[in-house]
Amino acid sequence: MSKPNLKIAMLLSRVRVEEKLLFEQFEKRGLPFDRLDDRELVFNLEAKPFDYDVVLERCISHSRALYSLKILNDWGIKTVNTYEVSNTCGNKFLTTQALFHADVPSPVTKLAFTRESALAAMEEMGYPVVVKPPVGSWGRLIAKLNDREAAEAVLEHKETLGNYEHSLFYIQEYIQKPQRDIRAFVVGDETIAAIYRRSEHWITNTARSGQASNCPVTPELNDICVRAARAVGGGVVAVDVVESADRGLLVIEVNYTMEFRNSIDTTGVNIPARIVDYALEVGSNQ
Amino acid sequence: MASAVAEKAACPECGAEVELGAKVEKGEIVQCSDCGSDLEVMSVSPMELALAPEEEEDWGE
Repeated sequence: MSKPNLKIAMLLSRVRVEEKLLFEQFEKRGLPFDRLDDRELVFNLEAKPFDYDVVLERCISHSRALYSLKILNDWGIKTVNTYEVSNTCGNKFLTTQALFHADVPSPVTKLAFTRESALAAMEEMGYPVVVKPPVGSWGRLIAKLNDREAAEAVLEHKETLGNYEHSLFYIQEYIQKPQRDIRAFVVGDETIAAIYRRSEHWITNTARSGQASNCPVTPELNDICVRAARAVGGGVVAVDVVESADRGLLVIEVNYTMEFRNSIDTTGVNIPARIVDYALEVGSNQ
Repeated sequence: MASAVAEKAACPECGAEVELGAKVEKGEIVQCSDCGSDLEVMSVSPMELALAPEEEEDWGE
């Protein structure tokens, strides 16, 4: 039960389908809320920016979310999700570190700092391998490298991209999967729903035309997803899981400002309602 | 705030009239059916459209 007269805000820029669905949930409950447009915000770092019981973060930009959440959390303003979660999930290297140290099964991953050492790491791992930028989403700039020639070309291209982060080589084993992966939605301590994302392409993101269908939340899936969520700090997250033939479920990554438009009808779970309920619970807790 | 009634606004790219639903929100992205441009709703009263910003490297989930 949320306390009455909660002061609520949503931090966002673009209003996607997800944000409209979240607006509707607040409106259905008769709860007023402010919209904080990240493009209009100026933070005076020496003063508490505003006084909300809870801020639901829905920025499309990771860096704006990260910096805003840091400021809000440092002033004691509760957010869904927290700066800690944003920082860890927004960076694939930090996510892998968190998963590994919490004993959450995930693919073998290596990090290298030069083209030569990255190539050596790939040769040792064996092709195909996957390289990913540490910060990025929607399958952007992710490459599956099937042989040394492809690896040499992509590594050279990454080094010339300009941003230093492209020269931090995050290299992951390629998991042979059954033309699908799993996207599971965790709210608090429960995996509330999951979908299969099917695609003929090895990248199965629905943002890249992967087709969604319902995935039953088995005790095994719930367990690994809740453990992954806890490993990154908990809250409202979407856990991407692949099914390895010989190692079972492996967590690939965890998303902290998840999109869910394709998963409500597919699963029959009112995901935005669950997110709003959770945010109200966070705002109500002293 | 959403607009109360369906409205129209000019596409800033091609000038075509873009019809917007009654529930359109400030900050929402809509598409011009004539030229295909992504447009952002800058204001609902009065209705005002601008070209949507290009996707940036740190955008996502």
